[in-house]
Order: sequence, then structure tokens, then C-alpha cells
Amino acid sequence: MSATMQLDIVSAEGEIFSGKVDRFFAQAANGEVGILPHHTQFITTLKPGEVRVLAGDEVSFFYVSGGVLEIQPDVATILADTAIRAKDLDEAQAQEAMTRAQEAMENAKTDLDVVRAQNALAEAAAQIAMLGRLRDQLSKQGLTH
Amino acid sequence: MASGKEIRGQIASIKNTQKITKAMELVAASKMRRAKQRMDAARPYAEKIKRVIGHLTQAHPEYKHAFMTVRPVKRVGVIVITSDRGLCGGLNSNLLRRLSSRVKEWQAQGTEVSYSVIGNKGVSFFKSFGGNLLATKSGLGDKPHVTDLIGSVKVMLNAYEQGEIDELWLMSNLFVNTMTQAPTMQRMLPIAKEDVAVSHGHWDYLYEPEAKDVLDALLTRFVECLVYTATVENVACEMSARMIAMKNATDNAGKFIKELQLAYNKARQAAITAEISEITAGAAAVSG
Repeated sequence: MSATMQLDIVSAEGEIFSGKVDRFFAQAANGEVGILPHHTQFITTLKPGEVRVLAGDEVSFFYVSGGVLEIQPDVATILADTAIRAKDLDEAQAQEAMTRAQEAMENAKTDLDVVRAQNALAEAAAQIAMLGRLRDQLSKQGLTH
Repeated sequence: MASGKEIRGQIASIKNTQKITKAMELVAASKMRRAKQRMDAARPYAEKIKRVIGHLTQAHPEYKHAFMTVRPVKRVGVIVITSDRGLCGGLNSNLLRRLSSRVKEWQAQGTEVSYSVIGNKGVSFFKSFGGNLLATKSGLGDKPHVTDLIGSVKVMLNAYEQGEIDELWLMSNLFVNTMTQAPTMQRMLPIAKEDVAVSHGHWDYLYEPEAKDVLDALLTRFVECLVYTATVENVACEMSARMIAMKNATDNAGKFIKELQLAYNKARQAAITAEISEITAGAAAVSG
């Protein structure tokens, strides 16, 4: 049996995922990272985006809007600001959020507004990209969304 | 002695009050159950972030973050968590009494205190109590969210970073069980090294992007998490305290109604007796 590690994904308002995984991918501050068991101690902030978890033959997706990722050799922890199981994401809502963010950016007056709008836009775009990937995967498995 | 009609009116009005307190008791009981669920849901995050902070204090970072450095204490900041609404027994007054006695101790040592207050009851208390209020937040409702609290926490963290306060404390109610809530104070900053086990060897994390950015993000979340957990716990305390207070009020109303009912019956009986004796006296006069 290949090595596994414990992965915990938690948000302040509830536990999202906890279990043994083979590897996982997350959007770290400097780009995507893939983590295998026995990784050296590592700590990073997360950008809004997906977390892809591989356990056995099973792949699951989570969406986090930011947070902190901590790696110890046998245990990894994702402290998510808000985490959502990809299944619960609503595409219509994400699209709407993106339109709103774009509008806000066009109408932004101060630098602070621009930064806020850019963040909202990045978040919405990440949600939509993730939904697209989820749909691809489901159709590959012969399931309809 | 009050007439029968007056007593009947009193009984009716107390019965109405009793209905209201009974309803409030039931509402508080169901809200308490939900608040306790939210409390349990917040626990994993708190445990995990404490674990990470524990690892972090065992590591030997070259960069030392302000939140982990102990400074001589000249000024302290307190985040005070109270409920928005009253009718919950002595919950808020116990907490605020405990706070003011602690503040007196601090002031006796020449330490200045500034506050960030969450909840209506605390805000109105500080209007008369005075003191240096840095932030207030009220109207969180029964389901507080982390995003609602970030502002009040941020103000205190900024003050700490700029050296306006040297320690940050949290004052809130601890949910012991349904019957008991205990006001507690805990120090959040600086994060104490003595809480953590001895370090194993010499290692440090790989930081991405920079140690400062990561620690900033992590430690800010840590404090926010503590405040959020305490706020959720305070809601559970508020609901259980209200439940008990309303149960007592309902019981008292019941006792009151019993007494009044007895007085009413006596008054009624006295009236009947008086009437009968009048009639018999009248009849005796006629036949005599």
C-alpha cells in the first residue's frame, strides 16, 4: 500500500473534509502546489481557487476563497476562509458575482475599491473555472450534472 | 379588600404575561440548541489552527512576528463580548462587573485600558462607564459570521502592531452547561510560548511567499477565530440564560395566579355570605 497522509480542510464555521489522502493540489500564493505524503514542513497562504484531493480512485474538489495551508510530514491542514464542496457551488450565482465584480471595477473610484473589485473578480473567476472542470469530470464518468 | 372584578382583571393580565414568558422560554430553548450546534461546528477550525500555531512556536523562525513578542505592559486592549438583547438574567451584568473590577486592578497599576465592544448591552454600558472605546459592533443576531467581526478585531490588531496596546485580552461568557455560564478573561496576544511543549531539534518551515506575510495571515486568523468562537459561545450562553430567566418568570407568574385566585374566591365567598345574611335578616324582619 502506498503512503497516505491525513488532510483536514476546515473553515471557521464548520469542518469540510477530514481523511486519508494520496495527494492533493492547492492554489498557493506563488502558484499551484501538489503535495505528496512526507513533504517537508511547509506553510503558505492560499489564493481563491480549487483544492483537488486524490484518495484511491476518488477525486474530490473543494473551493476555498483564501486561507492558510500548513504541511507537516504526515498531516496537512487547510485553514480556509470559506470552503465549499464543489457540488454545492452554483454556476448562476458565480456568473452573477463575476458580472457584479466587473461592473464594480469599471465604476471604482479609489484604489481601495479597485483592489476589492479585483479580489471579487478573481474569486468569481476561480469558482467558474472550477465548475467547468467539475462538469468535464462528471461527463467523463458518464454522469450528467 | 379588592373587589372580585379587580382581582379577575389582575389574574387575566398575569396570565397574558405568563403566556409571553412561556413562549420566550420555548423560543430560547430551540435557539440554544442551534447555537450549540454552531459552537460544535466552529470547534474543528479552532483545534486545527491551535495545532498549527503550536507547530509554529516549536519551529525556529528567523523572523519574529510582533504578535509573538512579549513587551512590557503599559497599555492593554480588551475585546468585550456581550449580547444584543436583555431579558437574559444576570449574564451581561455579571460579565461587566467582572470586567470593571479587573479594569480597576489595571488602573491601580497605572495601566491604561482601551476596548473594542461587541453587542448592544456592552455598548450602552460603556456610555456610562467611560473609557477609551476603539470600536463597537452590534446587531450580530443569533447567527454571527466571521466577516461581521473582522472589523472590530482588525482595529485592535492594528493598535497592537502600532504599539498602542501591549496585550490583547478577550472577555466573554463560557458555556459550562445549560444552567451555568461563567464570565472568563483570556489573553490572546502576545501568543505565549509557555503554552507549548519543548521543541524537537532545529527545524523551520519553508515559507511562501515570505515568513511575514504567512505569519500575518495565520495569526490574524487565529485571533479572529478566538473571537468568533467566543461570540458563538456567547450566543449559546445568552439563549440558555434567557431560557432559565423565562422559566423562572413563568413559574413566578403561576404562583402569583394561585394566590390571586385564592383571594378572589375568598372575596366572592364573603360577598355571598353577606348577601345571604342580609336576605335572612330581611326575611326575619318581615315575618317577625
